[in-house]
This record gives sequence, C-alpha cells and structure tokens, in this order.
Amino acid sequence: MAEVLVVAEHDNAKLDKATLHAVGAGAQMGGVTVLVAGHGAGGVAEAAAAVDGVAKVVHVDDAMYENPVAEDLAALVVAMAEGYDVIAGGSSTFGKNLMPRVAALLDVAQISDVVEILGDDTFKRFIYAGNALATVKTVDAKKVITVRTTAFPPAAESGGAATVETIQAVAPTELARFLGREVSASERPELTSARVVVSGGRGLGSGENFAVVEGLADQLGAAVGASRAAVDAGYVPNDYQVGQTGKIVAPELYIAVGISGAIQHLAGMKDSKIIVAINKDEEAPIFQVADYGLVGDLFQLVPQLTDALKQSKAA
Amino acid sequence: MKILVPVKRVVDYNVTVRVKADGSGVETANVKMSMNPFDEIANEEAIRLKEAGNATEVVAVSIGEAKAQETLRTAMAMGADRAIHVATDARTDTELQPLAVAKLLRAVVEREQPDLVLMGKQAIDDDSNQTGQMLAALLGWPQATFASKVAVDDGGLEVTREIDAGLERVAVKLPAIVTTDLRLNEPRYASLPNIMKAKKKPIDQLGPEELGVETSPRLTYVRVEEPPKRQGGVRVADIDELLTKLKTEAGVI
Repeated sequence: MAEVLVVAEHDNAKLDKATLHAVGAGAQMGGVTVLVAGHGAGGVAEAAAAVDGVAKVVHVDDAMYENPVAEDLAALVVAMAEGYDVIAGGSSTFGKNLMPRVAALLDVAQISDVVEILGDDTFKRFIYAGNALATVKTVDAKKVITVRTTAFPPAAESGGAATVETIQAVAPTELARFLGREVSASERPELTSARVVVSGGRGLGSGENFAVVEGLADQLGAAVGASRAAVDAGYVPNDYQVGQTGKIVAPELYIAVGISGAIQHLAGMKDSKIIVAINKDEEAPIFQVADYGLVGDLFQLVPQLTDALKQSKAA
Repeated sequence: MKILVPVKRVVDYNVTVRVKADGSGVETANVKMSMNPFDEIANEEAIRLKEAGNATEVVAVSIGEAKAQETLRTAMAMGADRAIHVATDARTDTELQPLAVAKLLRAVVEREQPDLVLMGKQAIDDDSNQTGQMLAALLGWPQATFASKVAVDDGGLEVTREIDAGLERVAVKLPAIVTTDLRLNEPRYASLPNIMKAKKKPIDQLGPEELGVETSPRLTYVRVEEPPKRQGGVRVADIDELLTKLKTEAGVI
C-alpha cells in the first residue's frame, strides 16, 4: 500500500477544509500521514489526528512556520519525502504555490487539480478550461499531486485516532519573508465550501450594484462569487472569482446573476447541483447549463427574489 | 535590473477547443493562437518596470514551434527589447511539460543572468500553474506567485499576492521569480509603429540540445476526452415559478 503525505493547510488554530478533502483523496491511494507545520498549532495537529483515515500526524513547531513561505515549507516537505510514495495537497492557492516547488526539487512531475484517481500512477484532470478531460499516467516513482476539493468528499473530522510525532524544523532558506495578510472580512460562508453560492457578473455594471447580489446571498446564507469579467472590471476582489483561473465551486445551488457564461466561468461552477441563471440576454450561454433560467432585468428580479425569500421565511 | 519574460503561444482565449475524435488530444490545427493572457500581464509589468526606471532590459523568451516567433514579435511590439526562441516540435500543451519547460528556462536564465523572471501564473491550455514555482525551485530562488502588485525596494521586491482568503504580502530577495495574476495590470495594445519596430528587433534561436536539457515527458496522455455535457433545463416565467421549482422540484431551498 502506498504511503501518502498530505500537507495540511491551516491558520495555526483550525484545519482548513481543503485538507479534509485532500485526506479523502489520499485515503483512496494508501495510508495517510498529515504534516502539520505551524507555530503554536498543537490544536491543529490534534484535530488532524482525529480525522477519519489519518494514520499518523507529523507535527513541526517553529516560528518560521507560523505563516510559512513556500520556500521554507517546500524544504521541509522535501526533507521528509523519502518515506512517501505520494505527496498531496488541496488545489488551493496554498497547494498551488507549494506543490510544484516540492515536485521540482524532487525532480518529478506535478499533477495539478486531480479530479479522479484511477490507480497508483494514473489520474484524471481537466485541461483547456474544462473543455477537455485528460487521463494522465506518470512514470515518476513519487507522485506529487494537488486535488480539486469539490471532486473528493471530505474525510470526517472525527473517528480517527492517529499518533502524533514531533519532528524538528529544517534550516530556513531565507529567500522570502511573510509581511502580512489582508483577509477579506465576511460573515458569509467560504466560497469553495458553501452550500449556496450567488455570483455576479458584468451585468451588475458596478461594484456598488453588487449589493443586489449580496442582499440575495444574505437571505440564502450563501457565499458571494463573481465572474472573471466582474473582477476584471474592478467590481469585486479577485478572491471572489469563480472559474478557470479562480476558484472551483460545486454547491447545491448556484445562482448566476448577470453572468453571460463564458467557458472560463463555466469551468468553475458547472458541477454545481442546481444552477439558476438570471440574465437579460436570452441568448446568453449560461442558459445552456442552467437548470432554471429567468430572462429579464436583474435589478428588478433579484430584489424580488430576495423579498420573496424574506416573506416566505417570515411566514 | 534585467528582466526575463517567458511567453507561451496558446489557443486563443475566445476559441472553444475541440477534442479530437481519436482521443489523442485537442485540435490545434487552423485554430487562432495568441499569447497566453497571464504572460501578456507579465510582459506589461516588465515593460512598466523599465519605463519607471527600475529595469534596464526586458528579454522575452518563448519555447515552441517556429510560430512562437510571432508571439515573441508581439512581446517586442509591446516593448520587450529582444527575444529568444527555443525551438521544439513537441506539442507545448501536452508533450512539453512544466518540469521540462522549467529546466529549459533555467538554462536560459543561466545564459542571460536576469535579476527577475516575470511570468504568467498559468497557461490557459494545460492549466497546470506550475512552471514558475518549478523554475524557482530549480534555481534556488524565491517565488512570489499570483502577484497583484509588485514594488521594488532596495535589493528586493515587495509583492502582494492573491490568495484564497484575500491578499498576502511577501518580501523576496533578488534574483526572484514572480508569477502574475489577473489584477496586476491591464496590458497595452501594441501600436502600429511599435509593431513595425518590433520586426527589426533581434530573436536569438536556440535548441533544447544546445541548452543541454532533457525534455522527455513524465506524463503520458493516455486519453483526452470530451467532458460530460451538462444538460440545460427549463425557462421559468417569473420569480414565483422559480421559487416553487427550487422548493418542490429541486428541493434546494
């Protein structure tokens, strides 16, 4: 059986959901060890040890890993790589930043954004903005992969009883230094794991008009997303972006407001269970993938929908 | 500061690609090709750094078939000073893979000795998002990926990065690799006089053998297929009908 190392993503307080999905994927390949590198992150290591399917947790505590840069974290992962056949992480900005560096240092290919594991060395992933699905087989003995979180169910947060082993940090690379982070403050659920997502596109016309989308999202307890066009136009920050070059989501309900449905956007949301499209252009390609399409002025329809939801809640 | 900008020729952003019937790949014959959009952003940023007096020379490099030179002409029409073409017949969407590209670029970096490599975070054909990070690893350089802002300060860069939760700022020493995200800048269009001027700028040609790099693929594309198509549903007349369907038929609210 393969030995799988999953690199945990966390903020020293809480294990990120992406890691649970990566553990879920890793368990399909073999026995899973989770690496928790952090500072004062003992609670995260304990939480990882409780995750179903985790056999072992390796915990490294050092100030250098409080907000680790990829250079230092890659050096650590490479130093532990010998005992593992697979090194895996979520296909988040964290995993995308780290894993190619790890792979190159090990002189192996990296396989990005895996959506299906077909065997020890064979994987499926999308190319060309989701227009083609490739089955790739690697010749490398060691596999370094990132997994699309929406394609693998998360491992349960309890049920595991892994041992926690503590190891020492490796020497710092001193190549890069973390300066700070501005986390988008939001009471809403996180985009990639939300049950409902309401996204806005160029049809909103301005950043202020996104209030319409937000109002609906609040009624539904939904996350807010956006098309690349809306990000490009400066209406919302990039971390709202759903699509080929942004986030991949697969909620129970996805409501696309004023989004035409360019292939690059569809790549990020077409695995949603139910898609609703509201757009004034009845020819918009979004209607070709929507379960329910409503043609009309979003500035009338979306507030109507918000009000109707409010009333049905009150009733 | 000398900047190297790798640019890739890819199927144009607006083209809907077709999967070949034999499952061997994506049809690229007679399809409109363009510079990878993130590479355009990288080239623009390099040119702006030069215009601001922070850089002395911008060198574009492309790896691919002969027509990659068209992409290099575009990079020079935007403002790159000169170009390097690494010629290969391998398909750059599937056969020539990120690790091999990173090794070729490492060899180019060793020849050119740039202080900064500015490149796109991801090519829109294979969507790997790997080459910059791999190049940084091979060179032992820092990497500032998914940049939305690049500021030069003494001996290094302060880069704002797009991350899932918002923004992150990192300081990197030079030499460094920076990969670009969408909001870094809006690339200029090349003017006609600059397009004419670019025709006279030099393109050096190199082969992978000359660079001494082994480029055979690590991944075999066993099969490339069309993904399952999502079926479109119905049109609803108004909000009431939509709500009813969502509640009773779909059961999602």
